[in-house]
Amino acid sequence: MREIFVLAEHRQGQIRDITFEMLTKGAELTEKTNTCLTAILLGKDAKKHAETLSTYAENVLLIEDERLENFNSEIYQKILSQLINKKKPLLTFIGHTSYGVDLAPSLATKLNLPLATDCIDLTFNGETLGVTRQMYGGKVNVKATIRKSESYIITVRQATFTAQKPTMNGEIIEIASPLSEEIPKTRFIKYLLPSSGDIDITAADIIVSIGRGIKDVSNKPIIEELAKTLGGVLACSRPIVDKGWLSSDRQVGTSGKTVKPKLYLALGISGAFQHILGMKNSDIIIAINKDPNAPIFNFANYGVVEDLFKVVPFIKEKIIELKSVRTQS
Amino acid sequence: MDIIVCIKHVPETAEAEIKIDRSGKAIEKTGLVFDINEWDDYVLEEAVRIKEKFGGTVTAITVNTEEANRTLRKCLARGADKAIRLTDTKFENSDGYAIAKILHSVIKDLSFDLVLTGVLASDDGYTMVGSILAELLGISHSTMVKKIEFGDGVARVNRELEGGLEEIVEVKLPAVLTIQTGINEPRYVSIMGIRKAMKKEIKVLSLADTGLSANEVGEAGSWLKIDELFIPPVEKQAEFFSGTPERIATKIAELLKSRGLI
Ligand SMILES: Cc1cc2nc3c(=O)[nH]c(=O)nc-3n(C[C@H](O)[C@H](O)[C@H](O)COP(=O)(O)OP(=O)(O)OC[C@H]3O[C@@H](n4cnc5c(N)ncnc54)[C@H](O)[C@@H]3O)c2cc1C
Repeated sequence: MREIFVLAEHRQGQIRDITFEMLTKGAELTEKTNTCLTAILLGKDAKKHAETLSTYAENVLLIEDERLENFNSEIYQKILSQLINKKKPLLTFIGHTSYGVDLAPSLATKLNLPLATDCIDLTFNGETLGVTRQMYGGKVNVKATIRKSESYIITVRQATFTAQKPTMNGEIIEIASPLSEEIPKTRFIKYLLPSSGDIDITAADIIVSIGRGIKDVSNKPIIEELAKTLGGVLACSRPIVDKGWLSSDRQVGTSGKTVKPKLYLALGISGAFQHILGMKNSDIIIAINKDPNAPIFNFANYGVVEDLFKVVPFIKEKIIELKSVRTQS
Repeated sequence: MDIIVCIKHVPETAEAEIKIDRSGKAIEKTGLVFDINEWDDYVLEEAVRIKEKFGGTVTAITVNTEEANRTLRKCLARGADKAIRLTDTKFENSDGYAIAKILHSVIKDLSFDLVLTGVLASDDGYTMVGSILAELLGISHSTMVKKIEFGDGVARVNRELEGGLEEIVEVKLPAVLTIQTGINEPRYVSIMGIRKAMKKEIKVLSLADTGLSANEVGEAGSWLKIDELFIPPVEKQAEFFSGTPERIATKIAELLKSRGLI
């Protein structure tokens, strides 16, 4: 039976969520395409992971090697190109993650197989594979068809498919490491942990978050005051950290922190998915943005289409008013 | 150190109203402001900084119509020495794979130590050109780079992982590195730079110069064929507060009070 491959992603002893999301989507596709689901696990002392994966897939191909302790796209590419060449899976799933984007494009080029990146949906129509992706920071979706091929590769956006509870009892197949003594051109040295800053935004009940819409660092104090009035902390989208206006421990999103406050007030943030993933589970999201089509409004509970600088001073004023009413009564 | 930077001229869409054009396969471009891709802004700055430190040259390359000369001039004004623009009607509808092949056709004949591209372009977001290019050139690559240092024949780079974690990776040179935003602070263009840039030539090449055939580029040479564009469905539509800013503020404050947040 032909296979659908899912490359398991793991780091520092943990299987990453994207793996289970891909396995769930993969399982759904095997039914429609009459294929079986195979998880590919490359690691060092990874038997425990293999057991976990076997509850999500019919097969787990396990390759263990000292040199697979940490991800290395060059080494992964060597192994995967052999496996894909040999087994010709209908489809190979790779996460659209830091690891996946380092691996998939060069792997596909090497194998001369077509690749679609950052997919949020996919459907087989007979042998042709159609995908949905996003463009323009999430303002537009695009449906596209991948060039017809006997084997396809896709990278999948994180948190797009929901991982289901495991239901399988798959077989673990150990394969001897095919790596030669050849010294790779790329070498993992070490991890660098994020520096812990002066404040832990993940512990805050109220977050006031700023994006590129605040235009200039000189506007930061106005928002800081609002945050203070609310008894909350200031956080931000990535461009604010990139510009050096706030330190990186204040960044919300896939490459920053994941927060779940009682209130997330987003000011001048467009709502790119990398940001959304870091805050969408907040209890109440209020977004103020002057663009009525900003994607953030698709995730917010309450929206205001207005220039933030016109509204913010009044919000502060009204809150002070309401607070004083409370203390009087 | 000779560095090649791959640059894209893109529409700024964060604040613009986007309409899908009549073909249904692209957005309406008229009225949009175009500029250098956000990631490439950092690419160029990084290249110029390396050149200033170690000497060498910076060559900016793009695949686009004459429209993109503005962005190439900006690169020249900010410190690039040479600029190359590849243009041909046959290049239209190229995806990241076809673009990488076009770039490769020129870069393979140049001498370089480093090729820098952005992690992705803000318009189509493929996140693939740099590492495909590396594979075609037969050299190593590293992506999502937030810091570069040089050792003996190697680059030591910090790669961004998720959640604020980074990894340090050593890559043999020559290599392709894809640059992540925030790696540096891009400089402004100086008047002197603009004057100098006006005098520099932009070399223009077409399909015939690439040695590629027509079916290796454009839609025919791509992995992906676009069928249709559409506005994303709404997951959870917000309830909108409207009125004067003061009225809006009152509603927000009342909401927060009713939820016990103030
Ligand atoms: C690998 C990778 C990881 C990433 N990780 C993250 C991450 O962790 N976190 C993150 O946030 N991003 C991340 N990004 C970047 C992300 O894709 C977006 O580029 C970013 O989130 C955009 O930030 P923004 O919304 O502040 O800016 P923009 O998209 O530029 O939006 C600015 C918004 O402000 C509005 N605005 C402007 N002026 C006003 C005004 N006066 N009043 C009201 N509204 C106004 C505009 O309408 C616009 O919607 C990542 C990207 C990549 C490729």
